[in-house]
Amino acid sequence: MRRNPKELEFTHRKLTRRALLLGGLQLAFAGGLAARMRYLQVDQADQFRLLAEENRINIRLLPPARGEIFDRNGVALAQNSPSYRVIIVPEDAGDVGEVISKLSRLIPLEPEDVERALAEMRRSPPFLPVTLADQIGWEDISKVAVNAPALPGITPEVGLTRVYPQSQAFAHVVGYVGPVSDYDLSKMESPEPILRIPRFQIGKVGFESKREDALRGKAGAKRVEVNATGRVMRELDRREGEPGADMQLTVDAELQSYVQARLGTESAAAVIIDCQDGDVHAIASSPSFDPNLFVRGISVADYRMLTEDPYRPLANKAVQGTYPPGSTFKMVTALAALEEGLIGPDETVYCPGYLEVSGRRFHCWKRAGHGHVDLNTSLKQSCDVYYYDLALKVGIDKISAMANRLGLGVRHDLPMSAVASGLAPNREWKQRVHGQDWLIGDTANASIGQGYMLASPMQLAVMTARIASGRNINPRLLKSIDGIEQAGSAAEPLGLNENNLRTVRRGMFSVSNDRRGTGYRSRIIAEDMRMAGKSGTSQVRNITAAERAAGVIRNEDLPWERRDHALYVCFAPFDNPRFAVSVVVEHGGGGSKAAAPIARDVMLQALYGGTPPLAAYPKGDRSRIKAQQERLERERIKREETGGNDRA
Amino acid sequence: MSYLEHHAKSTPTGLRKILYLNWPLTLLLASVAGVGFLMLYSVAGGSFSPWAEPQAKRFALGMAVMIVVALVPIWFWRNISALAYLVSLVLLLAVEFFGTVGMGAQRWIDIGFMRLQPSELMKITLVMLLAAYYDWLPAEKTSRPFWVLVPVLMILIPTFLVLKQPDLGTSILLMAAGGGVMFLAGVHWAYFAAVITAAVGLVTAVFQSRGTDWQLIKDYQFRRIDTFLDPSQDPLGAGYHITQSKIALGSGGWSGRGFMQGTQSRLNFLPEKHTDFIFTTLAEEFGFIGGFTLLSIYVLIIVFCVATALAARDRFSSLVTLGIAITFFLFFAVNMSMVMGLAPVVGVPLPLVSYGGSAMLVLLAAFGLVQSANIHRPR
Repeated sequence: MRRNPKELEFTHRKLTRRALLLGGLQLAFAGGLAARMRYLQVDQADQFRLLAEENRINIRLLPPARGEIFDRNGVALAQNSPSYRVIIVPEDAGDVGEVISKLSRLIPLEPEDVERALAEMRRSPPFLPVTLADQIGWEDISKVAVNAPALPGITPEVGLTRVYPQSQAFAHVVGYVGPVSDYDLSKMESPEPILRIPRFQIGKVGFESKREDALRGKAGAKRVEVNATGRVMRELDRREGEPGADMQLTVDAELQSYVQARLGTESAAAVIIDCQDGDVHAIASSPSFDPNLFVRGISVADYRMLTEDPYRPLANKAVQGTYPPGSTFKMVTALAALEEGLIGPDETVYCPGYLEVSGRRFHCWKRAGHGHVDLNTSLKQSCDVYYYDLALKVGIDKISAMANRLGLGVRHDLPMSAVASGLAPNREWKQRVHGQDWLIGDTANASIGQGYMLASPMQLAVMTARIASGRNINPRLLKSIDGIEQAGSAAEPLGLNENNLRTVRRGMFSVSNDRRGTGYRSRIIAEDMRMAGKSGTSQVRNITAAERAAGVIRNEDLPWERRDHALYVCFAPFDNPRFAVSVVVEHGGGGSKAAAPIARDVMLQALYGGTPPLAAYPKGDRSRIKAQQERLERERIKREETGGNDRA
Repeated sequence: MSYLEHHAKSTPTGLRKILYLNWPLTLLLASVAGVGFLMLYSVAGGSFSPWAEPQAKRFALGMAVMIVVALVPIWFWRNISALAYLVSLVLLLAVEFFGTVGMGAQRWIDIGFMRLQPSELMKITLVMLLAAYYDWLPAEKTSRPFWVLVPVLMILIPTFLVLKQPDLGTSILLMAAGGGVMFLAGVHWAYFAAVITAAVGLVTAVFQSRGTDWQLIKDYQFRRIDTFLDPSQDPLGAGYHITQSKIALGSGGWSGRGFMQGTQSRLNFLPEKHTDFIFTTLAEEFGFIGGFTLLSIYVLIIVFCVATALAARDRFSSLVTLGIAITFFLFFAVNMSMVMGLAPVVGVPLPLVSYGGSAMLVLLAAFGLVQSANIHRPR
């Protein structure tokens, strides 16, 4: 086709024009792209760099090692020990079912664990490790390690778990840890992120819970680079956490174990505190339980056994249980009267077996009466009428104030769970709580530690220590944190007349050392260790007039939960008091019979720092005591053996 | 008798033609491909397999094809334009019936040693046909309705077939490139004004069709448009691509994070990092400097094409060269707009850089036409 040159020229000019126009548009568009690129890469670079880092970097928390707990001599009470678990990475395992069945031939696997693991695997990407078995023994983990080449994707891992080597003996003091529950989290305002680590454990009860702040430590962190699917590519850096503080308690593990064993299967509590500095050397509650059960996750059956036991093993009776102090309260009434100058130590009261108070008879425990009784005899023989008479003279408010001064009805701040404050009632209290006037009969009841009066074994021990020392002893449980001694409160003098204190102490000495004293059978005969004590038997029921007429039913014939509580408080050595002891045996019957022997035994154990010589005991007791010592020693050895197996 | 024949004496003959190749253009193409190898090496984590090595082999093959095409006289290509178009059309139809389904779309025919994408071939043959058509058509008829309708059908038939695959990106490219050639050929302004008005109407219709039984585009294409309009509404779902792509680009900063140091691509936050989103890796690792350099090379290639076209003495050479330039421009402009969040994600590769065989071969063959026009230009 031939075209004329003029037309060619024309179309070519038009094409050039339009080509340049389009070219210009393209150039402009490219300029726009460059501007956009500049905006994203230069103006907003920082923001996008940050977003890229957020994509890439993941922060993983590293749980800190929990602080360990020791007794006053450095014996471990709560430790971290390596725990082993088996994890599987499905991606590396290939045929997961095959690998698991191989593994189950090597070590026992719980079907529930396997099921849970399989479910977890289905949910998570295949490169994330899943726990197959937790808390497995050294032997089993060795088998896994040795057979590792035949088990693709299986890795044995080591972590830390809490172990309580003293088992039952310290369950109530140290408490236990357990995994963080949703309930725990709901109680906190802004829970630390570390608490969200699966299987992270916090103190649940006892000292572990009370000093959680210092025991937990600070979490470390590592920064890892992850890809789009969350797989960790490499670790960028890590900052180790700070381990929790190591704590030393004032408790003596050996003594505590002895006390726990001595309480045996009774529902009882015993406290031993130092009369000079208030250090708690032993604080036992029986029956007890193995706190290690809770760390591993207690089974429903075990837990039901503990909660349904009428002896309440989970309760820490030493600080949490409150009991009518009974006759152990009589020192308080006596001191209140002496301080008021209302009686002299030699003044006597006649006891016909009862006292008529505003038309109602208040009986003495001895129906026949004690005859003429002075202060010393009233303590020694525990005459009730003497104290009714005293109390009516002194009045409840003075008695209540004296009780407070001696540590009853006030809360002692100890790092333990549910520390009870007990009760030393007065007029104002009854009006406030019950909306009733204080009656004269209430005063009579209170004077012998009955009625509204309530005290915990810990408070009774403090009371005894204060009487023994004449100073304001406060109990101390925490000895040192990371080796730094924790100051106890200074034991100021109580400001009581020393003569009055001496009179009361002498009365208590008679209780234990006078042939007619209620505690005479549980005395110490070693000259330099002799003790002073006071028994108490507190009623948990009212004895009706009809019953009294028919003859009071003997404790042995009553169902257990209606029997009297047996109490005994004492301090020794009498001349230079070192320890104060209180023992409460729930529904144990008479204090002198059920509680005093225990108090004497644990006192001797504390005084001698180990098994006391038989020479410290009265002659007639020695063969029985010897048999008891041998039995407890056998039990101790057995405990240690099984304890060792538990931890394997 | 060809209109060039009386000038043929002054065009180079035989192997001397190689000397007349547009060497700067060839070098620019090679450098773009080089950037591609580098990035494919990087996104594979520092490895020639699985992408960089096959890509290099295809590039070598493509260069050979380009030279062969360049050595054949341009009027030969003009004469077979209609045939090439028809072959492409037949292949497109064949994809309809025998194509392999990949990525939810029928795009490939397996022909043994490679998978052929007829829509790629069509991008060039359509330009060739339109150029040949306007070369043949007397200038005064250019704007007459019938003679406008003919090329419009030439464009719409393959566009429709590609849209059915479905491949929105390529359909837009075909229409835009075809329209571009018609515009260059001198079709009256009014037609374009009309088409643009109609296009606006069509877009409205497309949106209106959503959710009805005469829905015009697929659901996923709708979602992509939604996501483009507001990526933040679904940052982990459909918006993920655009969001991550912008993060990669932006985090590159002025000079980039260093070769093979781009965390977004190395850690797989980037989708399709070796194909459509390869530019983000470049921008992340070499920053604004790297991205701008590549853009500049692209622009230079366009400039060389326009220069070649304007120097050509016949309409076919000019139109085919400009048409190819427009196609090439559309490739990188749409791709870059997409990864920078300026356009919806439509699946257009970055020319000569993205991993892919057909696109590279076809593009290089197209540049062979440009070279041929340059060599056989009367001097």
